[in-house]
Amino acid sequence: MSFLTVLVAALFYLAAVIFLTGVGYRIWLYARVPAPLRIATTPAPVTKGGVVLRMFREVVFFESLFKSNKLLWILAALFHYGLALVLLRHLRYFINPVPAPIVWVQPFGKYAAFAMIVGLLGLWARRFLIDRVRYITAPSDHLMLALLVLIGLSGATTTFVTHTDVVALKDFVLGLLTFHIKPLPGDPLLVIHLILVSVLMIVFPYSKLLHGVGIFFSPTRNMVDNPREQRHLAPWARKLEEENS
Amino acid sequence: MAKVNIEVPEITGTTEVPKIKPDTMAHLETFRAKPEFMEALGFPGEMPENWKEKAIEAMGDLLKKYRSFQVFLDACVKCGACTDKCHYFLGTSDPKNMPVARQDLLRKVYRRYFTLAGRFFPKLVGAVDLTEEVLHDWYNYYHQCSQCRRCSVFCPYGIDTAEISMAAREIMDRIGVGDKYSNEIIGKVHRIGNNLGLPEPALADTLEGLEEDVYDDTGVKVRYPLDEKGAEILLVTPSADFFAEPHVDGLMGYGKVFHEAGVSWTLSSYASEAANFGMFIGSYENMRKVALRIRKAALDLGVKRIVFGECGHAWRVAYAFLNTLAGPFDFLDPNYPVPQHICEFTWDLIQQGKLNLDPSANDDMVVTFHDSCNVARATRMGDKPGGQFEIPRNVIKAVCNNYVDMPNGTIREATFCCGGGGGLLTDDLMELRVKGAKPRMDALKSVSDEHGVTHMAAICAICKSQFTKVIPYYGFEMDQIVSVHQLVSNAIILTGQNEGGDEEETEEEAA
Repeated sequence: MSFLTVLVAALFYLAAVIFLTGVGYRIWLYARVPAPLRIATTPAPVTKGGVVLRMFREVVFFESLFKSNKLLWILAALFHYGLALVLLRHLRYFINPVPAPIVWVQPFGKYAAFAMIVGLLGLWARRFLIDRVRYITAPSDHLMLALLVLIGLSGATTTFVTHTDVVALKDFVLGLLTFHIKPLPGDPLLVIHLILVSVLMIVFPYSKLLHGVGIFFSPTRNMVDNPREQRHLAPWARKLEEENS
Repeated sequence: MAKVNIEVPEITGTTEVPKIKPDTMAHLETFRAKPEFMEALGFPGEMPENWKEKAIEAMGDLLKKYRSFQVFLDACVKCGACTDKCHYFLGTSDPKNMPVARQDLLRKVYRRYFTLAGRFFPKLVGAVDLTEEVLHDWYNYYHQCSQCRRCSVFCPYGIDTAEISMAAREIMDRIGVGDKYSNEIIGKVHRIGNNLGLPEPALADTLEGLEEDVYDDTGVKVRYPLDEKGAEILLVTPSADFFAEPHVDGLMGYGKVFHEAGVSWTLSSYASEAANFGMFIGSYENMRKVALRIRKAALDLGVKRIVFGECGHAWRVAYAFLNTLAGPFDFLDPNYPVPQHICEFTWDLIQQGKLNLDPSANDDMVVTFHDSCNVARATRMGDKPGGQFEIPRNVIKAVCNNYVDMPNGTIREATFCCGGGGGLLTDDLMELRVKGAKPRMDALKSVSDEHGVTHMAAICAICKSQFTKVIPYYGFEMDQIVSVHQLVSNAIILTGQNEGGDEEETEEEAA
């Protein structure tokens, strides 16, 4: 077993633990903090089913962003949809045998890498070209884009240029999942790719990547518009009521 | 009224997104509340020695109490979707008036004290220590947000800057740093019952005057009752309705509508205010205390229904929060929503054909409608989402022959704030108020030029006060602003009224 294999495997486990506990903690935190007042941005759905639809449109189609800024929406869609297809394609390394839908998605997932990279570069360009966006950009915003672009480029290169030994890679990944570490193919680009992905997973719960979790807990989007019909009272507000009445 | 010397933006009919000009509004600091007014609301009168620790403690407390605050501070990706959406940014070019930058004033302190990344790598993530300069920026720029929620419509995560600015004001209040305008007003409500500090005799006198005016006008005795026990409806309306123009014309209209509906109603001197500035300063306790006056008045007077007059943020507190703050209202008639908006009430009557309306009475006007931000983006009227847009328009169209909407993107859920909401309707912020009105003035100019619009109707006391004061800066006349129920009042023909009524009497005599 090479040192590199052990290093990447260890990093991957560490990243997975940090990612899962970090995100899990945030979900627990968001779920626990009360939302004392009805603050849905209206017009809002008046039923739970309507809210599910609203959230679906928001999460899948970025409805509010579409209303806001068409160019930004296109770039965001290129990146996120590209990433989604790429991730689906990657499932072939984690599942054996590969299910039919994942087989079908392979060619799309392959070229989606370009959509993802183009989207990212466009998003990055905005941070230099638009004075308002430049003003609100912190160093971490550039670093995050750099990290994602490098992940995309290193991954695309192993597919389109150097061709990693995917059979050995799958053995390695399945080994990780079953805690039987197998040797990692010694492709430097692949190693870089895996290290960067681990870094991304580690950073996720401590950065703005939390938007992926936060959106589901956003009270302006996930609340039913029914304050006249139903009384809502947070536990701390109820305490206030018991004290003063 | 004297105009303040302000560099007024030029209006063209369309609002362009300006290049940023940092710190153009950094000088604008609204007056601070005196210690006695802070203490009256349960806040410290002066800044304590350890104000930094106290502020961070307050932030931590709010993070545990409000999911919105916690999620919104974490979720922003700095995408910039909101950067061109705030009327104050569009009118002032100051980048700290971009919603995300306004939030960041607080977020960068949150990151420093409450997140791993900010604790260990502050420079990298743009986290900063809480300093006097930061506090100064908080005070100035969180009092340049009218909490209109326009940014929240366009944010892909629904981040609402209003929530952040309310939290910021609450944090500042808890370290003895509050603004004079809102806090003194809340004190007046706690003491007397309304924002203007009008005692019961003054209200009674005003209402008597209204009865006389309506009688002189129409020959019909329309009553404007105060503190009448056993009335069916309690009307809660902004105190500006009692004397300000064009507000009072709206109040006359409500009275005529109730009269024609044949229901008994009353105002309350104890709860003589619909406005609730507790919301503006983000203080749940103060907002609740103000709201409880309405509950007490409803119980004491033994009413069956509560109806709210034309007021934007008041309708938000009434529609979305009243049930939570002062409910349950199980002692009221369950056949009606609690509370009801006067526009819902009037529209119901119009649909039932119970109002005799002559829209030609408003033929001297071409009317447009300004959607008030809190009504548009934080409430509803009627059963269906969007009723808050349709019902006021339906009412206007029923009483006016000439109605034109302002351009899309400036109305309904994308409506622009008047520039004076959120507790900023004070003369020391006049520069901000004038500049913040620019997007609405552009839209008004566009329909004035293209469709000959002469009047803009509103259903908010703050909008009406703000517009009458700032539109002269843009070359309009202050009487171009009208109340929706002023239009109703003009068009309504009361049963037995002079002009129309004379003929009927003659016919009856003939028969």
